[in-house]
Amino acid sequence: MTTLLMSDKTATVRRAPAAGGAARVNRPRDTNSHRVIRRRQLFAWLFIAPAIVYVAIFFGYPIVNNLTMSFQDFTTTTFYTGEAPWVGFDNYVSVVSSALFARLSVNTAVFTILSLAVTFVIGMLLALFFNAHFKLSGLLRSLILLPWLLPLIISAAVWRRMMDEGSGILNQILSSVGIGSVPWLTNPDVALFSIIIVNVWIGIPFTMVILYGGLQEIPTEYYEAASLDGATGWNSFRYITWPLLRPVVAVVLILGFVYTIRVLDIILALTGGGPANSTQTYATQAYQLSFVDFKFGVGAALSNILIVVSLLVAALQLRTSRRSNDLAG
Amino acid sequence: MTTHTAPTRTAPRRTAPTRTAPRRTAPRRTAVLALAAALPMILLAGCSSAAEESTEGKTIELSVLDYYTDEPSHSNMEKRLTACAADVDATIDHQSVPSPQLNAKILQQISTKTLPDILMVNNPDLPQFAETGALRPLTELDVDTSAFYPSVLEVGKYKDELYGLAPNVNSLALFYNKTMLDEAGVAVPTTWDELGAAAATLTQGDRYGFAYSAASGTEGTWTFIPFLWSNGGSQLELDAPEAIEALDFYTGLARDGYVSKSVVNWSQADAKDQFTSGLAAMMINGPWQIPSLEETEGLEWGSTTIPVPAAGDTPIAPLGGELWTVPVTTPDREARAASVIECLNGPENQLETALTNNTVPSNESVAQELIAQAPLMESIVETVSTANSLTSDSGLKWNDVNAALSAAIQAAVTGQQTPEEALKTAQSTVGE
Repeated sequence: MTTLLMSDKTATVRRAPAAGGAARVNRPRDTNSHRVIRRRQLFAWLFIAPAIVYVAIFFGYPIVNNLTMSFQDFTTTTFYTGEAPWVGFDNYVSVVSSALFARLSVNTAVFTILSLAVTFVIGMLLALFFNAHFKLSGLLRSLILLPWLLPLIISAAVWRRMMDEGSGILNQILSSVGIGSVPWLTNPDVALFSIIIVNVWIGIPFTMVILYGGLQEIPTEYYEAASLDGATGWNSFRYITWPLLRPVVAVVLILGFVYTIRVLDIILALTGGGPANSTQTYATQAYQLSFVDFKFGVGAALSNILIVVSLLVAALQLRTSRRSNDLAG
Repeated sequence: MTTHTAPTRTAPRRTAPTRTAPRRTAPRRTAVLALAAALPMILLAGCSSAAEESTEGKTIELSVLDYYTDEPSHSNMEKRLTACAADVDATIDHQSVPSPQLNAKILQQISTKTLPDILMVNNPDLPQFAETGALRPLTELDVDTSAFYPSVLEVGKYKDELYGLAPNVNSLALFYNKTMLDEAGVAVPTTWDELGAAAATLTQGDRYGFAYSAASGTEGTWTFIPFLWSNGGSQLELDAPEAIEALDFYTGLARDGYVSKSVVNWSQADAKDQFTSGLAAMMINGPWQIPSLEETEGLEWGSTTIPVPAAGDTPIAPLGGELWTVPVTTPDREARAASVIECLNGPENQLETALTNNTVPSNESVAQELIAQAPLMESIVETVSTANSLTSDSGLKWNDVNAALSAAIQAAVTGQQTPEEALKTAQSTVGE
């Protein structure tokens, strides 16, 4: 919608010097075109209006509300009396200065970056694998979508059983091979990585499907031409697939990042943030503060920090990918 | 002088409209848009401001909110409510939401001033809701509470005012597998030393001697509270020697291998599953598990009060239960709601609920009657007589205590911190 407006504006700018060049002849037409442009702008706004209203009600209002709430002492009493005293940055200070904050930040970073990296690499390899058509590839590809089709709470509950230290199937298999049992969800040093494993398992189908779609778009002629010049295997990936896939990769990474950093259900179902806060992230702690402890102000402050972090990273990713696209193009 | 210059200064402004004339359409349009956006809110506001008229002497409908969504609990409760409401010339509009959504629903109703006439809250949440001022103290409504266990009345109190009555309460007890104890020649433990020794002897092969829930959240915390309190500890002094000693004993059983370290992920239902499948010989759990224990074929089980630090000590367990409260409405509605609650708490209703839900009646004589009819409940009735409300010492701080203590228990079970370090960390977050 904004592009519509912008192209309209650039049109006026471009037309202006031409009009200036033949001022005498064009004067009547000039005012006429002004009116046309204005009317066109009016229609543009009318077309945008439903979207603006929608965004304002469903995105603008909650975000503004969350912002104001984070500067208030907003408790259960507020719901009844409507009184929420302004406390300035107190909520932010109490979030950042809490003993848990450093741990939350490390957990959130490790969880998000590792999940995203591993999911991306495996998703990419699978997409490349399925791009080489072979018998049953369609069937296998749809089977890989399975994690996506299951409700998250159910798959997390199954994983929790599988990862049980004593009776879980993972440890049964490991000990039958002679490796011994792994305290998947019970050891504070291991639990976060176990959750990353589950998150990767859930994230692979999405990554693979989008990347596979991107691969399908690349014309095979390029590969044929390149193979005549002797570029096959790694070289064809390095010089044809990767540059052409870049826009898709950017989408996968940005969406993946935003989806991963706010993961809540998997963690709650697997460990509830434990043991001993070792799997507590910004998202789970914000949930805990707001909806378990009823400290709505502090919870809002933490979720705003989460929003800012994901916005910053998304903007950064967009910029770098755009720049590299420009370079590539 | 100033009056003379003023008009001239404003003069150019008057001409301004002609300059901005073409733009005039834009603000008008935004105004219409704003109105369209505000329309649903205006309509909503219109709904909530229903006129209040006198209901004295007329048949009225009392709305009720609870979390009994399961059958037959829902229809059983509706039957009891309807019968009680008939005494005060009222009908019942009974709504139930799933328990995880109850608090959110109550908060939403508090903010829109649409609380029901009769409201059920879970006991640890009472201080939060009573603090808002949206609930009427039952003492102001002449509710007779003379037959109640004093400990049960404490559950419904906030700042010395009674806000809620629990017809039935539950608590925790030690459940044991009779067959396993007999085979190992172990007597039913009554003290910590005996419990530790029994757990050690009963741990054989892939079977653990003892199990409890240490999951993140209330289930894991309240299972530990009997050990904290029976040793003279307090939820507000987590780094006191009594608390450290209690946590050391409790989690030491896991560090020594008599309790699975997986307990940090076990809910109370998980602990029960381990017990019924023979993977744990004893467990701390509540009487609501009795139906599953009875259903398990070949399981010979017994229960007793939770072991105490030394012989002769009194076990102090936390009380749980659903409290019936009266939100602030009109005097007539409040009075009728209070009588419905009084009736719900009547002896017959209490006994019936106790028998169907495996809970303990809050009326002492009814509780004795329950033991006669259901001997399996004896240990839990005994526990209730000396129990305390879960939040009796922490009150509004319960949520902080809960989170901090939960992390401390898990850190000590997994050996990440010593019990002393873990509780010092916990106390520092609660003390903030």
